[in-house]
Amino acid sequence: MRTDFSPGKALRVLLAASLLAVAGAAMAEDGDVDVDEPAYAGNPRDPYEGFNRAMFAVNEVLDKYAAKPVAQVYDNVTPLPVKAAFGNFFANIGDLWIGVNGALQGKVGDAGSDLARILINSTIGIFGLFDVASELGLERHDEDFGQTLAVWGVGDGGYVFLPLLGPRTLRDTAAWGVDYLADPLRSVEPARLSNSVTAVRFADIRASLLPADKIVAEAALDKYAYIRDAYLQRRRNQIYDGRPPRLDDDEDDD
Amino acid sequence: MNAMKKLLAFAAAACFALPALAQQAPNEMVQQVSDEVLDILRKDPDIKNGSTAKLLELVDQKVLPHFNFTRMTALAVGKDWRKASPAQQQQLAEQFKTLLVRTYANALTSYRDQKLVIRPFRMKPEETDVLIRTEIQQPGNKPVALDYSLEQRDGVWKVYDVTVAGISLVTNYRDQFAQEVRNGGIDGLIASLVAKNRSLEAGGKK
Repeated sequence: MRTDFSPGKALRVLLAASLLAVAGAAMAEDGDVDVDEPAYAGNPRDPYEGFNRAMFAVNEVLDKYAAKPVAQVYDNVTPLPVKAAFGNFFANIGDLWIGVNGALQGKVGDAGSDLARILINSTIGIFGLFDVASELGLERHDEDFGQTLAVWGVGDGGYVFLPLLGPRTLRDTAAWGVDYLADPLRSVEPARLSNSVTAVRFADIRASLLPADKIVAEAALDKYAYIRDAYLQRRRNQIYDGRPPRLDDDEDDD
Repeated sequence: MNAMKKLLAFAAAACFALPALAQQAPNEMVQQVSDEVLDILRKDPDIKNGSTAKLLELVDQKVLPHFNFTRMTALAVGKDWRKASPAQQQQLAEQFKTLLVRTYANALTSYRDQKLVIRPFRMKPEETDVLIRTEIQQPGNKPVALDYSLEQRDGVWKVYDVTVAGISLVTNYRDQFAQEVRNGGIDGLIASLVAKNRSLEAGGKK
């Protein structure tokens, strides 16, 4: 989920506040060790669970009254070919950063193919509105700076859930900041245009998740945990480019 | 006499055909079942009109026989599985099956206009646990990876996990199930599954 939604300042303040709160929660956790109850010391992958659940609750409200209705309107008024064109356009711009991250991870062949994709889609694909490169067999890759850090051996720092940004890990939150700075659409002039583009992209991303909403609501015993575990699994899959080593069936993960 | 001969020949052919069928390669089985199910999804008038009952019937007859729900449930429950009595295990498997079928049967209908492509697959003849990678191709969207884990037991291949875009539908329940067991034991988990299924059934009837 690349939710680059930014009425800029508000978001940065929110982000800073959230990070402070995470740090606070982390320190609180340290001070309060259960001595006589060794059975369960919390989920090791979700050390800030209390904070995360609170933010999750905030996000549920924001999503219900703001993000989701906007996405639904976008979904209803935008015809499929237009949606596909928007999706392709954003994807074409994203291919540059994907290629850079592929190269940073040592996947030179992938990076070259990403470059070829940009050249083909920006020309024959008319400014990226059509994904001709995929038709020609040049597969789109899925990379971001968080994956690069993971490949470089940076640990994930635990799971965090932030309003509007959704599920992340600490590593991926920091890396998302880098992804955000590297985003060419951020520096489009005038700022009004750049903001509109960001808003459309946000609506586009949220709309693409609409079909999943129902499944999550029906399938989950605990929606928070369901989303967390799905995110962590998906992330692991992305880091290993779709071929993660198998975890032992009968043991706990990790 | 001629008819008798034909019958015998047919019976003999059937005898030879049966073991061959049982040893059908797992990728062929996945392909065949998905082709068949997608074909029905596209053509059946009741399902097109949104009949959940008909859809569940289709899943029950064509899809479920190829799944091993006991194995799936054991995987989802994890190490608590061994603490459950055989009766509890059976209840868990039954409830988990109901939940998965209810949730994902409806998702099936959205695959109507999409194409399922099985990625190149190779296996050694002695292998009994394989991963079949497929891709759902949809117009105007990135393809979604859909992988099936299959295990061979007694000459028959059965699915024990489905992974969508890297998310295993079975292991995604592990932490939730462990949480329920911590709070209310195995019976607590069974009770939550029963309650969840009841609420879904009530919601579906509206």
